[in-house]
Amino acid sequence: MRRLLHAIPATLISAVQAAPSQHNALQPAGVQAEHILRLWQGTLALCTLVFVLIAAAVLLALWRAPRASADSAPDLAPLNRTETGLRRAVSWAAALSGIGLVALLWADMHTSRALAQLPADGALRIELTGHQWWWQATYHDPLSGARFVTANELHLPVARAAIVTLRSEDVIHTLWVPNLHGKKDMLPGRVTEIRLRADLPGEYRGQCAEFCGEQHTLMALLVVAEPPAAYQAWAARQARPAAAPLGQASRGLQAFMDYRCAGCHTIAGTRAAGSIGPDLTHMASRQTLAAGTLPNTRGHLGGWIVDAPTLKPGTRMPATPMPAEDLHALLTYLETLQ
Amino acid sequence: MSISAADAIRLDATWSDPPGWRGWLCAVNHKTIAIRFIIASMAFFVAGGVLALLMRLQLAQADNRLLSAQLYNQLFTMHGTSMMFLFAVPVMQAVAVYLVPLMIGARSVAFPRMNAYAFWVFVFGGVMLYVAFLAGQGPDVGWFAYVPLSGLHHSPEKGVDFWAQMITFTELSGLMEAIVIITTILRMRAPGMSLSRMPLYVWGMLVTSIMVLFALPAVMLASTALITDRLVNTRFYTPAHGGDVLLWQHLFWFFGHPEVYLIFIPPLGFISSIIATFARRPVFGYPAMVLSLVATGFLAFGLWVHHMFATNLPELGKAFFTAASLLIALPTAVQIFCWIATLWRGRLNFRTPLLFVLAFFAILVLGGLTGLMLASVPLDLQLHDTYFVVAHLHYVLLGGAVFPLFGAFYYWFPKFTGRMLGERIGRWQFWLFFIGFNVSFFPMHVLGLHGMPRRVYSYPATMGWGELNLAATVGAFMIGASVLLFLINVVRSWRGGAAAGENPWAAGTLEWRTSSPPPPANFHLPPVVHSRFPAWGEQEMPAHVSGLSVTQREVLITSGPDARPDHRLRMPEPTPWPFLCALATSALFIGSIYTPWAVVWGALPVAIAATLWFWPRRARSELPRRLEARP
Repeated sequence: MRRLLHAIPATLISAVQAAPSQHNALQPAGVQAEHILRLWQGTLALCTLVFVLIAAAVLLALWRAPRASADSAPDLAPLNRTETGLRRAVSWAAALSGIGLVALLWADMHTSRALAQLPADGALRIELTGHQWWWQATYHDPLSGARFVTANELHLPVARAAIVTLRSEDVIHTLWVPNLHGKKDMLPGRVTEIRLRADLPGEYRGQCAEFCGEQHTLMALLVVAEPPAAYQAWAARQARPAAAPLGQASRGLQAFMDYRCAGCHTIAGTRAAGSIGPDLTHMASRQTLAAGTLPNTRGHLGGWIVDAPTLKPGTRMPATPMPAEDLHALLTYLETLQ
Repeated sequence: MSISAADAIRLDATWSDPPGWRGWLCAVNHKTIAIRFIIASMAFFVAGGVLALLMRLQLAQADNRLLSAQLYNQLFTMHGTSMMFLFAVPVMQAVAVYLVPLMIGARSVAFPRMNAYAFWVFVFGGVMLYVAFLAGQGPDVGWFAYVPLSGLHHSPEKGVDFWAQMITFTELSGLMEAIVIITTILRMRAPGMSLSRMPLYVWGMLVTSIMVLFALPAVMLASTALITDRLVNTRFYTPAHGGDVLLWQHLFWFFGHPEVYLIFIPPLGFISSIIATFARRPVFGYPAMVLSLVATGFLAFGLWVHHMFATNLPELGKAFFTAASLLIALPTAVQIFCWIATLWRGRLNFRTPLLFVLAFFAILVLGGLTGLMLASVPLDLQLHDTYFVVAHLHYVLLGGAVFPLFGAFYYWFPKFTGRMLGERIGRWQFWLFFIGFNVSFFPMHVLGLHGMPRRVYSYPATMGWGELNLAATVGAFMIGASVLLFLINVVRSWRGGAAAGENPWAAGTLEWRTSSPPPPANFHLPPVVHSRFPAWGEQEMPAHVSGLSVTQREVLITSGPDARPDHRLRMPEPTPWPFLCALATSALFIGSIYTPWAVVWGALPVAIAATLWFWPRRARSELPRRLEARP
């Protein structure tokens, strides 16, 4: 079997970053995940204790009970008299189990309440919409008044709450950034909401957690938690329209229009205003392509444009073969979308 | 008192299925149907297991490209569907169809023709799904088939239709089996087998079958609405037209969570049977055990929302379901304590069936405890839809159902076939299974906490999930080897195993008071029961029912909680009509995948077959009329 495994060609289609972002429910970077981790530790301790006690009871019973064979006469006495000692032991064990369960229930309620009470004064508002298979984010910052659209990468100011409104355009998706909080579904026809707060700066990976079709696997999200000043700078850049292209880049914009990219994608500040695919106004500022499918490098981007369906079968992005000079111009232009 | 040799031969001939190919199509004897049912559902178990091994190969290393996304999605859909719909629930019913009449001293199940029909419908439904899968039309939306992904717009291929019709097939079969088992238990117990003398396994099957009556209609309704959404454009699940995507989840899980207990309660009965026999004493606390089973049956219907904690249902409502999900641990805990008490005071005969039951204590307890974690809303929000849940559900379902089921096979195989399963190979199988299982599934808890979601066909090397996934794959192949050993053991022992005799384990319940395998009528002389363990202790009088015909398929119907003799009833003869009617039903179901008119025209052959099935025959009614006039 080993040999078979080695014979399987492994291509690094989805190796994303050199330094991986965090993706772990046991390393909370926000107060919500911290509450849940504490509940986890308490529950794990209690459950481990129960497991050890039951295992010990079974092993002790096996060790002390005498051995028999099929010839041994069955002991029928218990049919006619109550075994008081055993009854007392079983009743005590059941009562203790009941107390343990009430303790768990209390801890669960306590944590649920803590999760619901995240202070949200001056919270950042983000509307996140799930698509097969990417995320569209519309920011609205009540403090700065900034509004803009981006995709597949959220930036959050550290220690400030964000109220994220969740919708879906097609099937059910689930937002999950384990270092920050648990999951919340994105349901077609319904609006859900989750409150996040990152308390440690860093990069946290999120992933769609509800099976949402062929490429459910390739639907990741990056959350960048940064100090308020860095966040403000990022938000200000995102809110600006794309800079007017110069030189080869302007030929790239022309290619963008010629190859009908604008039918699906928006670049603010140009005539491109499609709404089927991700907003590309500042795509060069993002770390990954196609919701964490590929690192955002010139080479990968070129491959993605020319033949997206091979890299992510089922994607709505069509294969767009084009002459090398057009492709280079287009890539040069896209790289200016910082 | 005993039966004369001539009468025994006549009785055997009366209750036998016809020989040869006619017997293949016409059989109605519950033992014949049950053995076929067990073999069919085990075949789906093996098929589902092979699919799991393919998935484990794909996940053995990061960025693996052995399988395409589409094929992988089909594999996990088919794996879950096979195990839940085509293996776990049916195999429990199949074993019950064999054992329940023997354990309660009956000559047959109630409605033997319906029993045969239910078996054929099940087989045709399962085969249809696998033929579709092998023909490239496999469903790929998960065994839970959430809308709107399973709707026509997002899944235009026929795979989802085959899946939804498979639900109709298997649930129709399951409902009929439940009716058969409930009626058998309530009206066909041997005289004297009051409810308080019923074996715990029979109690478990009574609770399970009643649960089936309430749980299965929910998923049939859901899947029928899905089919009509896809076929004739109803909009039950389309939000834009007033439908609701959560409606599906409510209906599916209102079935889906009780289903876990449909799979789990019968094995509790296996365990009670095996522990009593191998600890050489009755299971401690019979009333507590029975009440626990009944309580589990009720509580199981109050948990379904814990699959939906990440939706936008009201928080207070979720708290109720947390409480119910924690509470259901209590009846199971009580049963575990009672079994430990039994082992504590028992004298142990350490044989393979007992080994499998002891594994239950380690594995199911762990799975139950992780279940308590998933009952908590905050913890579930992190753990839901991750490999932690994959670990949990396999600990519960393999630990709670498959380990005891293998124990049950080792225990009752001598009764089924008259031969013992090999003990040495059994121990090898057990240890391979036990170690392989833990190597495979324990690491998945950690993978889930480290963020690995379910139903992904690949993962980047940078995530660091590679080693644990490789361990899981190695463990999975150990399980595969263990199941292979079991199959070898079954084939070898069936051909040339040691002869078992009537009661090889010196067990106490009624099925061990007849030959192995039992004669066609189960008991040459139908027993009268005087205690909870009729095969243990002194034989009291009267020992047998007398006066039932040996040339007619006559059974004794009893009534009331004390099983008082009520009347004699003639059971139907072998007939091909259940088989033909199941064929017609399958044509209707499969046709309706392609056109709604199949429901109209397909109903004709079903009606014809059902009419001929019940067509009265003069020859058959003549003799009873004469007997009524002159008994």
